[in-house]
Parts: sequence; C-alpha cells; structure tokens
Amino acid sequence: MRKIIIAILAIVLAPTLSYAGSKAEVLHWWTSGGEAKALQVLKDDFAAKGGVWSDMPVAGGGGDAAMQTLKARIVANDAPAAAQIKGPTIQAYDREGVVAPYNIDAVAKAEGWDKLLSKQVAGHMKCDNGKAYCAAPVNIHRIDWFWANKKVLDSNGIKMPSSWDEFNAAADKLQAKGIIPLAHGSQPWQDATVFEAVALGIGGNKFYKKAFVDADANTLGSSTMVKIFDQMRKLKGYTDAGSPGRDWNVATGMVMEGKAAFQLMGDWAKGEFAAAGLKPDVDYYCAATPSDNGYLYNVDSFIFFKIKGQDKVEGQKLLASLMMGKNFQKVFNMYKGSIPARLDVPMDDFDKCAKKSNADLNTAAKKGGLLPSFAHGMTLELGVKGAIQDVVTEHFNSNMSSQDAVKKLSAAVKAAS
Amino acid sequence: MFWLKRNLPKLVIAPSFGVLAWFVYGFILWTVYISFTKSKLLPVYNLWGLDQYFRLWSMPRWHVAVENLFIFTTLFIVFCILIGILLAILLDQKIRAEGFLRTIYLYPMALSFIVTGTAWRWMLNPSLGFEKFAQDLGFVNFTFDWLVTPGMSIYTIVIAGVWQSSGFIMAIFLAGLRSVDDEIIKAAKIDGASLISVYTKIILPMMRPVFMSAIVILVHLAIKSYDLVIALTAGGPGISSDMPAVFMTQMAFHRSEIGLASASAIMMFLTVSAIVVPYLYSELKREDDRK
Repeated sequence: MRKIIIAILAIVLAPTLSYAGSKAEVLHWWTSGGEAKALQVLKDDFAAKGGVWSDMPVAGGGGDAAMQTLKARIVANDAPAAAQIKGPTIQAYDREGVVAPYNIDAVAKAEGWDKLLSKQVAGHMKCDNGKAYCAAPVNIHRIDWFWANKKVLDSNGIKMPSSWDEFNAAADKLQAKGIIPLAHGSQPWQDATVFEAVALGIGGNKFYKKAFVDADANTLGSSTMVKIFDQMRKLKGYTDAGSPGRDWNVATGMVMEGKAAFQLMGDWAKGEFAAAGLKPDVDYYCAATPSDNGYLYNVDSFIFFKIKGQDKVEGQKLLASLMMGKNFQKVFNMYKGSIPARLDVPMDDFDKCAKKSNADLNTAAKKGGLLPSFAHGMTLELGVKGAIQDVVTEHFNSNMSSQDAVKKLSAAVKAAS
Repeated sequence: MFWLKRNLPKLVIAPSFGVLAWFVYGFILWTVYISFTKSKLLPVYNLWGLDQYFRLWSMPRWHVAVENLFIFTTLFIVFCILIGILLAILLDQKIRAEGFLRTIYLYPMALSFIVTGTAWRWMLNPSLGFEKFAQDLGFVNFTFDWLVTPGMSIYTIVIAGVWQSSGFIMAIFLAGLRSVDDEIIKAAKIDGASLISVYTKIILPMMRPVFMSAIVILVHLAIKSYDLVIALTAGGPGISSDMPAVFMTQMAFHRSEIGLASASAIMMFLTVSAIVVPYLYSELKREDDRK
C-alpha cells in the first residue's frame, strides 16, 4: 500500500520538479499555413533560451473556440501564461482582476518598449490605467486596403481609385462589361470591414473617431452616416449573387482569376496572392481605400495573465521579450502580411505593399488619421461593436433604407452600452 | 453483507447519478443564477435582477432568432414526420431490396450536421449549385437563390435538416409498423377496408408511442440546432437566419455578454420544457391509465 502511495505522489509531483527554468503555456489560434510557420520561429527562439513551450492551439471559428477554452480556464483559476487577445479586451480582462500584478512590466520597462512602440500601439498594451505593460504586440495589420487584378484594370483603363465617386464610376464601367466589380463575401465581419473603410473615407478621420471610438450618439445618428449607408447600398449592387456567406479567401481568389476586379480586405489577403505566386504591381495592385490619409489598424497581441509559480513567471518574461525581439517581429510579419509593431525593424526585405503600409502609417499618425479598426475589435466594447455589426450586415443584406439603418444603429448602440 | 447486497444497485448507480445531477441540473441552476447578474467578460456573482431579460427582449436580433426557431421547428417536425411515415409505409410493402433502400434513406443520419450543412451550402449556392446547373442546361431563367435571400434562407435550413433527419424518422416508424400484429391487418382487410384506411384508421393511431419518441427527438434537435445553421448560412444573409443557439454562443463567447447569453439559454430551456414536458406528461399519463 505504501509503495502505491509513493508512486502516486511521484507521478503527481514529477511535473513540478522537472521544470526548474522558464515555462510557458500559450493559447492561440494561429494554426494555418504561414501563421503556424511564423509561430514556429517563436517556439524555436523560446526553446533555444532553455524555455519549455507548451502549445495550446485552439483552432476554428476565428478564435471563438479559443475564447471558450480561455474563459473556462480563467474561471477555474488556471489561466495560461499568454493568450492571443487584442484591443480593449485586454483592459477588460484587467478590470476582472485576472491580469495584475503585470508580470511582464519589468521586462517592458527594462527594454524600453515606450521608445520601441508608437504611442498609440503602446496604449493598447497597457493595463492599470496606462501605467503598466500587460501585453506584447506582434504586428500591425492595415484594414482599409483595396486589392485589384492588374490585368483587368489595365485593359479597361482604370486606375486605383482616389475617391469613392471614382470607384463607383470604375465599378459601373466594369459591370457594363460583365466583370464583377467587387469581390466580397457577405459575412457579418466582412460587411463591417467594408463599412468601416467607407465610413473613414466618406465621414473623414474626425467623424470616424467620434462614431467608432467615442460611440457618440449624435454622430451615429447624423446625416453623414446616411450617406455612408447609401454608399454601402451602392457597393451591394457591385457584388455578385453568390456573395452572402462566401469566405474572404474565396473572394480573393475571384480577384486573382480576373472574375472580379477589386476586393476590400485587410492585408492578410496578401498571403493568398503570395501563396499563388503573384507579385504586387506585376499581377495585382494594392492601394489604400479612398480617405484623407486615414489608416485603420488592427494590432494582434498576447496578453499575460496573473499566474502562479516562479518558473511560469520567468516563462512569461522570456516570451514577452522574444515577441518584441527584432528577429521574430520581422520573420513573423513577412509570413503574415502585416508590418512589425516595433518601430526599428528594417523594412528592406518586405514587399512593396508592406513598405507602403509602413510609410502610410507614419503619415497617418502625423495627420491624425491613425485610427483603430472597430470591425476587428480594436475599439469599442465587444457588445457595442457587435450591435453595430448586426445593423450593418442586416442593412447590407436586405433592402432596408439608409435612414432606417441609421435609426436602428443609434438604438442598437444605446441598448448595448 | 445483507445490507451490501440489498444496496449494491444503488451504490453502483450513485456515482453516475451524482455526476449527472451536478453537470446537468447543477449547471442549469448556475445558468439561471448567472442570468440574473451583470456578467460580461467573465461570470460575476452580484445579483442584478431581471435586467438581462429586458435587454434580451429589446434586441431585434433576438426576435429574429425566436421567429426563425418557430418557423424551423414547425416545418422541420411536420416534414420529417410526413416524409418519414410515407417512406416507412412504402418500404413496408414487402418490396425487393428493402434492406438496401432502407440503408440509403438512413445514411444521411450517419453524417454530422456540419457535413450536411457544407454540402447543401454548395448545392444551394446560386453561382455553384442547382441554379447554375439548371442555367447551364439551358433553363436560363431558372432561379433558386433562397440561400442568399434574406427571409428565405431559414427555409434552406429546413430543407437540409429534413433531408438529414427524415430517414431516421422513417426507421423509427418502420420499426413501429413491423410491431403491429399482422392478424389485425388481415382482419381489417377481410372486413373490406382499403389499404389507405387500414393505415390511417388502424395502424397509425396504434403508433402513438412512436409519434411521441419521434416528436421528442425532433423538438430537441430543432431547438439545439447550431452546427447546421453555422455550416449552412452562419445566420446569414445578414442576421436573417439567426437561431437562439447561435445567438447564445455569439453573445457568450464573441461579445462578452455572458449574463445576456445565460438569459437567452434560459429562454430556450423554458421553451423546450413548455413543449416537451406537457407532451411527455400527457403521453405517460395515458399509459398509466391503460394499466
């Protein structure tokens, strides 16, 4: 009997004895092609520094499944070391008291993250009212991109549009020739992606900030918003009948094949072009959607939870440091299509679109156009964001009038907040 | 020793009973409690009253979901049972290769709803499936675009659901038909009853318990339906084919509204209870009366 008890104790205690160094369990949903490869860089770096990485990939549903797992773990008081969380949700977790005492803040201060990151990005990474770092950024995605088939545009004498009216004229011309002007998958998040780019272009930077950062009721119910919904209705006419429910990468495929001319999508679409062996300015064009030096960003990041055990805390510190490392930021973003969050990574090896993204980011930051994407959860509470998205997708997929949509929008935001 | 012998069955049952009590009924109570709180990102335990229920019923999207649930449940049950009975009666005519045909009709049940939904999404997509096929054949004006038409997309879910489940209902009814005593049918025939009236007046009324099992199974399939909706329409176009189960998952895990999601879960639970409990009660009571 005694032997059995000793054996059981040995089995139970073994894991706590064997790892004396750093240890990290990382919850993420980067399981597909390029993303998985990019993450492997981080895993290798971590192992090279003597850490023990325990992977916790939860695939599917754009992170829905991962959120279920994460919440269950937190409620059970067993949070992973790091999880793929972004935007205001970082601060929301902090308010629930599961992030303090901000284990990685010391690393961030020692490495001078305040200087390595732009002020805006750094703001998203801080908890405790902006006093302490509690998350590490890995990339900056731009949302407001137009991707276009070069051959289709050139043969019809169309340039990348610099205003929405110009786009409408080009689209009418293409449609008359039997080409689908806008490749679009009408899923709620894709509708919202198009909507926010249109809002930025037609409403302008200040309008966007008031409506989707401050959730100001007057702005949400304004006549400018009616105009934005009018443009959405126009865009609906430029899509094909098979659009509802289509996945975004299928829509990208339509642009590649020349069945459609344009797609409005974040820069992860570039990965699809690259995977097909296509090159910017040779096979396809990339350009910002029309706006006044606006730039809608989505910063993917990892939050570091409150955790027990010195080895795990060490693991968090090492992980945070590596995520901000120049090597990881460069390699990861070349795979992912985004640009580094860290400012001092040389852009020489990146492609033309990434370089443009980097240059536009600096211009936008100076001119007040650097704004968080609401469709991708960088601003607004998730409930409010969801309410806006519901109205946008309902309007886009029905014959609701723009006036009704604006009324619904104000009511829905009021109910959700 | 004698005590052990007498109580052994109870002891053996006890662990699974305990697990069931905790994980089913315990969590139902937990969900009820959470629906009275202000829980958003994570559960909190300060009571907040009925506000989540007021919020829920003020949301247009919830109304869409509830309306769709009633459309879907009604049509799903009616068509599954009609088609199931029809197939069962046809197969019951002592035809050749019955085993083979029965397998074919039952086979969709072996698929998961995700597979069914994906396959039907391709078939119903106007630029890939039936509509394109018919147009390529030369029927240029043929349109079948329910999948992408708000207001009609819910019916595509009915089509896929019925396709998947009616074979199973057929199997249940076939088993029921086989259990009917041949003597009764022969007696009816001698009395001059036609085949149709043998079925409608004698056999089907004898199969009440089979109807009960079929309806209970279909009701809970319908109300739980989540994977089929996600795979087929994902609640779209827009939010037009949203269902309560989809709504609940969205709120709980996508929008950080755990309290609101719990309230919607309780509404679903009450709906199931309101339909199934009285039905079970009346059927079971009838059986008791017979004894």
